[in-house]
Parts: sequence; C-alpha cells; structure tokens
Amino acid sequence: MSETELVGQRVVLRTDRRPDNATLVDDFTPDLVDVGAHHLCPGCGEPIAIRSAVECIAELGAVERTISVFGIGCYTAFSNNLDVEVLQALHGRAPSLATGVKRMRPDALVLTVQGDGDMVNEGLQEVLHAAARGENITCILLNNGVFGETGGHITSTTVLGQRTKNTLDGRDPERDGYPILIGDLIASMGGSAYVARGAVNDAGNVARTRRMLAAAFETQERGEGFSFVEILTMCPTGWFIETHEAPDYLADVLAGTHQIGVLKGGSR
Amino acid sequence: MEGSEAIAEAMVAAGCRFFAGYPMTPFTEILERMAEFLPPVGGVCMNAESELEAIGMAWGAAATGARAATGSTGQGLALMQESISEMCTARIPLVVINMGRGQGDYFQATRGGGHGDYRTPVLAPSTVAEAVELVPVAFELADAWRNPVMLYGDYYLGHTSQAVEVPDLVTAGGEAKPWALDGSTGGSGQAKLLSSLGEAKQRDGVGYDLAEHLERAGAAMQAMSAGVEPRCDVGHCDDADLVVVAFGTIGRFVRWVVKELRSEGYRVGYVRPITLFPFPRDAVIEAARGAKSVAVYENNLGQMIDDVRLSVLGSCPVEFIGGLSMDSSGFGVGSEIDAPKIRARILAELERVEAT
Repeated sequence: MSETELVGQRVVLRTDRRPDNATLVDDFTPDLVDVGAHHLCPGCGEPIAIRSAVECIAELGAVERTISVFGIGCYTAFSNNLDVEVLQALHGRAPSLATGVKRMRPDALVLTVQGDGDMVNEGLQEVLHAAARGENITCILLNNGVFGETGGHITSTTVLGQRTKNTLDGRDPERDGYPILIGDLIASMGGSAYVARGAVNDAGNVARTRRMLAAAFETQERGEGFSFVEILTMCPTGWFIETHEAPDYLADVLAGTHQIGVLKGGSR
Repeated sequence: MEGSEAIAEAMVAAGCRFFAGYPMTPFTEILERMAEFLPPVGGVCMNAESELEAIGMAWGAAATGARAATGSTGQGLALMQESISEMCTARIPLVVINMGRGQGDYFQATRGGGHGDYRTPVLAPSTVAEAVELVPVAFELADAWRNPVMLYGDYYLGHTSQAVEVPDLVTAGGEAKPWALDGSTGGSGQAKLLSSLGEAKQRDGVGYDLAEHLERAGAAMQAMSAGVEPRCDVGHCDDADLVVVAFGTIGRFVRWVVKELRSEGYRVGYVRPITLFPFPRDAVIEAARGAKSVAVYENNLGQMIDDVRLSVLGSCPVEFIGGLSMDSSGFGVGSEIDAPKIRARILAELERVEAT
C-alpha cells in the first residue's frame, strides 16, 4: 500500500505523507496484525519490528505452523493482536517456554519476542542457556535501552551517558556499570547459528532488519540451531526527547554502542 | 521397585511425555529416571539450567497439549512459585513432583508462595503403591481443571523399595485439548492465544481486561476447589477419645501405631489426609465427633494443624504432638521417625486427654 518513488537510482519508501490510496490505519496493517490501532506511543519502534517479523513469517509460508512466545513489556500490546498463535510468558522467561514448545512441536516455527529489560535484565540466563544448547528457536530482542513500560528506567543495555529516569545525569560506569552487548555475547557462544543486530530507525535499516529476520527463521527451518535478531527500536518517551528526534538519537546514541550488522552466520 | 523409579514409571504410563528438572535431593532420582524412561517412548527430558527454566520448559510443553511435569524439593519449588501461580491464571495443566525434605513445606505446597488468587490440588501419598495410584490422578485432575497439580512426597517415599505394579493406561494422554497450541490456527482470523492476561483478542474490541479475566480464572479456581473430591484414609475413629491426624510418610507410621494401640484396647483413631488441598475437612469433622481431643503429628513445627483447626472450628481441642526429625543432612530423615517413639508421644497425649 505504501508509496515509493525513485530518488536517483534508489526506490525510496515515502513515509513523510500518507499514500494517496490509503485512508485508514488498517490499510497500512499487514494481514497478520489483527487491528491497526494500538496503544503504543507515537514514534515507538516496536510496531515496525513486530510488523517486520510477521511479514517474514508470511513470506516464509509458515503462518499455519508458527508459535510465538511473548515476554512482558510495551510490545505485549501485540501478544493479543496477532493472527499467529501466541503463548504469553512471564517477564524474562520466554526462551524456556519456547524450548518446551519446540521440543514437543519440532515442525513449528517457534520465536520469542522480548525487550531488553525482559531478556537482558530479568531473563539473561534463559537466553544464554537457550543459545548454549543450540536450541532450534529464534529469539527476537526489541532493544531500546530503557524500561519503556515503566516510564524510561535504566536497563542492562542502556548506553553510557544515556539519561534515564533513575540515571538523570546519564549512565555513569563508575556507578551504574557498563551495558551488556547481548548480540555480541550470543554470537560468541557455540550453540548460536545466526546472530544479527538491526534497527528500525529508517527505511534502509527496516529493510535490512527484515532480511535478518528472514535469515534467522530460515536458520531455524534448516535446523541449524539458535538464531537471534536484536532490533534497536525508538523510544522517544523513555528517552525524553521529541518524537521526530528519535530515529537520529537511535543512530547516534544506541547504535554507537550496539553496532548494527550481522554478527554471526548467514550471508545477508 | 524404589519409590522414585515407580513414580517415574507411573508418570510415563499416565502419558507424561515431557519432563524438565534440576537435580536436588531427594528429587534427583525422579529426574534420573525420567531421563532414562522418556526417550524410548518418544518423550523429552530436559536437564534445565535452574528450576526457573525447568518449569518454564514444562510450561511450554504443556501449552502444546502434551502431558508435562516438573518437580523439585522445597527450595527449588520456591523458585517455581511465580510460574505455578501464573500457570493457574493462564489455565495450563502441569504436574509438579514435590519431593520434600521432611514436611516443612506443607504451607508452601498447600498455600503456595506465588502471587494472586490461586490454588493447586496437592496429593500426598504415604506409600510407593499409593504414589503409583495417585500419579495418573494428578495428570487427570490437571487436565480436567486446567491447573497445576502437586504430588507431595519426601525422602522416604523416594527411597523406599516396595513391590508395586504400574498399570498400563490405555487412556494415557487424556482428552483432546482444544486450547493447546500447534500453530495451525495462524492466519485463520482466530489464532489461539494462551495467556495469563486473558484470552480476548483486540479484534474483538475487548483486548486484555484483567478485571474480567481474573474474575473468570478465579471462578474456575473456585469450581476446582469445590469440585476436586477430598481423599482421606480414616481408621478406628468411631469411639476414639483421641484422633491423630498425620499425612504422608508420618501418616503411615501413625496408622501402624494406632492399629497397634487399638489391638491393646486404647481408644485412639487416625485420620490421614491424602489430598492436602482440598483438605478433607468433612472427614476430620466426622472423625473428631465424640473425641475428647485431636492430636496432629507432622515432621515440622506445626503447619497442617492450621487446617485441622479450621476444620473442627473449636468444637474439639487440637494439640500438636509432632516436631522436626532431622539429621545433619537436613533431608528430613532422623531418629524421631520411629514407631516406638511415635507410639510414646501418642500414648502420652492419650493419657493426658483421658486424665482431663
């Protein structure tokens, strides 16, 4: 539905205005998202990430054998808004649930959706052990460097200097320690087969992230082991900046530490 | 057959096809046996990295409709409490094998340490044969009520050898579970959601409404609490002056001592609750009718005594005659779990009651 235009040699998705042939939010909504409207903040990156994931599932032809496991965070707003099967986990615990699902349904495409607070704070052990086991599932991390749902508090991925509600003068390594580069950590582990870090702050990164998600799902389909896609997402509310500043803030601040790229496996 | 082996074999016979656990005495042998028994029948046993993941894995397996179980002892079960309560709210069946150290985890088993309004049926066998009989009951209750169910044993149950027969169950696997996930409803416009937050999808114009969902989950819990039939073993209470209440391994000792005292003419009876939740309240009331006093013997500092008191509601005095029996290991064995010593305590209490 979205409009594109040719700028030089590149096809560019126009996001600065409404396409002429679409009038309702639903016109922009992929089939596997039930309802177009959601309750996340303007400028949030999570809906783009989830949209990308479900579009990849559809393209893979795996809609009728996908079981997704959701953590607890803002993105949980989508756990009851998808037309793929969803199992809701406790905060931090999605990888162990996904393990049980996959072991009993090896033919299903099994993925988890967690935030940085969920995965890297509360449930770090879960995701690391799932990776170490080479569990044949795909874990997706929506990393915005803050606890968005509680209102912008420091997480284990908050970058140095980043202001949060409980580090008002910025994350100070003397006091708050250093961020965990979870993608790099998982890439270093024997059981991980595909690891990548994308972002949804501009159309190019969205397209790249979609290729990463597709590669991760294909890794699982080939039975090669643990696949992991970290997606940097905007959280203007939790970053205490204007909505329109968030994409650049992501590029300048978050991606400066959590660098975008394929970290392990795959050619994409 | 040793208790742990018999329980594991009974679980497989009852259709359990997924087990996850983390070693801890006296639960370890159950995990060992499940790791041995499940793969040959096409099942999966996971050595989880902690009790948190053990119950998480079992949760995921149960969500696919498989009969799944986990277990531990009190300390490990403390770590599982959040998941147990959340699975109650999400209405997912699970069997939890609780091999306790002594009986100090009665409150943990019957009240739980998790959040919110939830209950789990608790079955407390006193012998290996009874454990084998109760294992399929646990799976059936879990499936029927879509709720975790606990089997509460101890070191003695796990390590006692007894001749038992584990029946092959043709019905193993239970009823079809229309709520279970297999991915197939994706894209249908009605994709399944299995969540502790509710089942309503946003497309229905409702979305998560915890007020509504917790009411419904609570109603299901209350129906279960009223619908699960309490089980109890009662003996010699008709004209007893003293009724002794005890469960599990201790209940087995007390029953033997009471029968011995009866044969010598003492007016003493016993009640052995088999379901600790729902507590066999009516049986305790009936047994205590006409008795001068009720004595409670537990291998702890007095926990089930609360349920006994809540049953008789002051109509009869209730005294605690148990106490910790531990050796240096803390595993809940020890010199007090000894028929002559238990006999001496019951006799002393009977003499005190008869004198007043």
